[in-house]
Amino acid sequence: MKEIPEGKPITKNVDWVVVLIYIACLGIGWVNIYAAVYNPEADTSMFDLSNNAGKQLMWIGTTVILITCILVIDYKFYETFSFIIYAIIIVLLVVVLFAGSNINGSRSWIKFGAFSLQPAEFSKLAISLAIAKYLSDPAISLNRKLKDYYPILGIIALPALLILLSNETGSMLVFASFAIVLYREGMPGFIPAIGMIAAALLIITLLFVKWYIAGVIIVIAGLVIWLMPVMTRRRGGLWATILIAGVMIGIVFGVDFFMNNVLQKHQRGRIMVLLDPDSDPRGDGWNVIQSKIAIGSGGLTGKGFLEGTQTKFDFVPEQSTDFIFCTVGEEHGFIGTLVVVTLFILLISRLVILAERQRSRFARVYGYCVAGIIFFHFLVNVGMTIGLMPVIGIPLPFFSYGGSSLWSFSILLFIFLKIDAQRPFTLSRG
Amino acid sequence: MLENRRFVIIGFFAVVGLIYLARLFYLQVLDESYSIVSSSNSIKRVIEIPFRGQIYDRYGKLIVYNTPVYDLLVTPNKARVPDTLRFCRVLGIERRDFDSLMAAASAYSRKKPSLFLRQLSKEDFASIQDIMVDYSGFQFAKSSLRTYTAQTLANTLGYVSEITKGQLEKQEEPYYRQSDYIGQSGIEKIYENELRGKRGTKFVMQNVSGVYKGPWKGGELDTMAVAGANLYSGIDLEVQQYADSLMANKVGSVVAIEPSTGQILSMVSAPTYDPNILASRFFSKNYTALVRNPYKPLFNRPVMASYRPGSTFKLIQALVALQEGVVTPGTGFSHANCPVGCHNHPATSTVALGVTHSCNPYFYHLFRRVMYNNNISNTFKASAAGLEDWHARVSKFGIGQQLGIDLPSERKGNLPDKKYYDKIYGENAWKFSNIYSISIGEGEILITPLKMANVAAIIANKGYFYTPHVIHGVGDSKKLDPIYRTRHESGVSSQHFAPVIEGMIGAVEAGTAKNARIQGITVAGKTGTSQNRKGDDHSIFIGFAPAENPKIAIAVFVENAGFGGSAAAPIAGLIMDKYLTRQVSNKAMEKRMKEMNLMSKVVLTDQQRAMLKPDTTKKKTPVITNPAKR
Repeated sequence: MKEIPEGKPITKNVDWVVVLIYIACLGIGWVNIYAAVYNPEADTSMFDLSNNAGKQLMWIGTTVILITCILVIDYKFYETFSFIIYAIIIVLLVVVLFAGSNINGSRSWIKFGAFSLQPAEFSKLAISLAIAKYLSDPAISLNRKLKDYYPILGIIALPALLILLSNETGSMLVFASFAIVLYREGMPGFIPAIGMIAAALLIITLLFVKWYIAGVIIVIAGLVIWLMPVMTRRRGGLWATILIAGVMIGIVFGVDFFMNNVLQKHQRGRIMVLLDPDSDPRGDGWNVIQSKIAIGSGGLTGKGFLEGTQTKFDFVPEQSTDFIFCTVGEEHGFIGTLVVVTLFILLISRLVILAERQRSRFARVYGYCVAGIIFFHFLVNVGMTIGLMPVIGIPLPFFSYGGSSLWSFSILLFIFLKIDAQRPFTLSRG
Repeated sequence: MLENRRFVIIGFFAVVGLIYLARLFYLQVLDESYSIVSSSNSIKRVIEIPFRGQIYDRYGKLIVYNTPVYDLLVTPNKARVPDTLRFCRVLGIERRDFDSLMAAASAYSRKKPSLFLRQLSKEDFASIQDIMVDYSGFQFAKSSLRTYTAQTLANTLGYVSEITKGQLEKQEEPYYRQSDYIGQSGIEKIYENELRGKRGTKFVMQNVSGVYKGPWKGGELDTMAVAGANLYSGIDLEVQQYADSLMANKVGSVVAIEPSTGQILSMVSAPTYDPNILASRFFSKNYTALVRNPYKPLFNRPVMASYRPGSTFKLIQALVALQEGVVTPGTGFSHANCPVGCHNHPATSTVALGVTHSCNPYFYHLFRRVMYNNNISNTFKASAAGLEDWHARVSKFGIGQQLGIDLPSERKGNLPDKKYYDKIYGENAWKFSNIYSISIGEGEILITPLKMANVAAIIANKGYFYTPHVIHGVGDSKKLDPIYRTRHESGVSSQHFAPVIEGMIGAVEAGTAKNARIQGITVAGKTGTSQNRKGDDHSIFIGFAPAENPKIAIAVFVENAGFGGSAAAPIAGLIMDKYLTRQVSNKAMEKRMKEMNLMSKVVLTDQQRAMLKPDTTKKKTPVITNPAKR
């Protein structure tokens, strides 16, 4: 391992595709935050610190400093201190439980004057580093040994529990994104498949009569067994199919229990309005309906910059944070949303490509974590604004207003870019 | 092996991206419904209501104008009333009023302003404005009230009030909204479209709580409000008020017309009320009181009340007979062979004398000739044919049909024709002897005071009339509907009017209408005594002056006043004198007429009588009584 040779600055090795997409996201996001909070009566400037756009600009400024620090710090630091960083975040999560400020019913913020920081946002970074560090041990194999999963579950469960206690369920759900990296590192495909099938069954069960679904599952299982080659059937295929069908029917009949006993009332409501927003247009359905109206009213080319009426007049809630995508949709139309969706898909695909070219397993795993986290945020945030996902309050990376999320995503991303920039000098270990 | 899973992962990302883009394409480009919802919930149309047009009299004196008033609005969630008692005292309301007004406002919306007190006058506003700074959540909105310079013409002008639910539903194009004002009667109703002006429309943006957020698109789609057109009436306000004073404590009507134009000079419906009381915020209370008044002050008698014309109808009979040629000016009839009685008077050897003395047998014989003026031998068939002919001629005087005055609810009255009597008696089962009472204006004939004033105008014009109208000019260009500029012929040649007018002059000089005399001016007139089943006869007079060059034609109806000469004739004379000379010479008669009180003679039902008893329910003090003096 060598240091960067003299005269070869980091700017030569950093992946400029990702950096450019990142800058584009920040710029578009900032302009849309200004539009979202713009009040035609009190015409404040984009740079005015009294509005969210001005504050966001300040956050962007501090982020540039942070990024500089990340790029200057030795790349080995992150791998070496993974568990230490993890421990610090855990401590912060505990501290915030007792000393945090209460904002919107969740006790998860640390306040500095007018600005507040949310440690939960940084737990993603901590878990990513910790998982990457743990998996960097070549002896660990996810497709053979079940016991190798336990530390990973522990790494995720500890912050998840603390976040759950502080009532910030949305951030906790993001941890589901680690399924992507685990799948890449050898987790059998049926595990995410079961997860997706369970989610699909949940939705189907809420829409149709349970007995019909059970009947359909039994018929399909029968068909599978009937079409199955005799050899496969004899080798346990019969029992496996029956078992799978049984589990599926179990899920179908367990949905009621899950809905009524596991989920809280507001979570249940959000799932119900996903299926039928008009079931409660003034209550749980309000956000979804207004958000769809805002986006839908944008048309092909949008109403124009600062011309949106739905978002800035509070019809859409949280318009500069969780529902920032509505402003893009309303003011810039399908062209705008097409650009944003494309930027995200390009970004995460590029991150996967970068991760795959890493020589160390630590770097690859970490890269996949970053891609997975950004993807999950995109999936849920954009999905909820267009009525394809339940309303879960998580930000759209680089777009939503908020220092914590901007800092955490930027740190997350640039640590990976730093490690990637050092790739030519890294020896492969796994 | 595991490296290949990256394709699954990237593929998954791509699939999600494509699903989202498809969904977005559907929402934004394919599905139009969202853009419609969007503009309806954030863009609001605000209607600006302009001032109603003003109304002037024939000399340019203002009759109706608008007073700015202030509505007090409250926004419940912002309202802070630290000391309710003082607040109530200042506004002159009671604690329970305060509570109910607040509750009503909160029920409408807690975030939006709603009406608290309506129509505070400028003075009230000035006196409470300073005090109101102690109470947040209240605001004033400017509005306007109809105001009347004189306490007269209530029924002619009509009133303006909040649109009713029925009117709201019946309107052909959706113009009015709930709580909008609309002309409900009189001129205000007929000229509603001219008076209301053009509303301004502003498009404003509002947020989710309905709070104003500035003009939409910089106001480029907004339209300005245009004030309503002013109306110019032919009313002589001074004469009108004088006529009012003469009709005080009487039930009846006065209609005065300028014969050369058809303009209404004065129109009294007695008893009347101060039009200002229906333009205040006590509208509903005052309106209820008027509706409950047994003398029906809201009943616009000049165009709605039907009477038998009595002897005034003889003028038409004489004219029709002269035109038909069944009599000549020199034709005389005696009292013999006549079922109708008469009083003692000199022989009626000419048409003029028949009119002067209002001889009943004269007109019995005259009408008989009109009826049988054909060569049908069957008296039944001859009567039917004669009546048809007569009906056609009398109709031309406007009897039995609407004249088309610019006032609502004009009654047709009744002019019986063949069909009418066929229905009563059966076809060919009646003849002249069954219907002779119409020869002297009794029986089935019904007219309104307006129609008889118009008959006076026809005689004054010697044969034609213009449809009577209150308003002769709309807007700055003083537009007049052509129907009021069209000359209508009575079908009687002008030479036939001379003997009738001669008779009318005689009636005023020496006959039944002596009380209508004016010093120095020749008056032509005819009294009538309208029989009515329920009580004393109604006193009627129609006439015009000066006889040589008529400037004013008039009809006066005084209910239950007895003979035409007793009340109607003197009142008509005084009004004509006032109009023609701007003063009144017969002061003694003026005093007598002003003091005459006939209210006790008006026949009321028991139920109506019960309403007359003094109201024993608690009197409510007005909501604001100059708080500055407290």
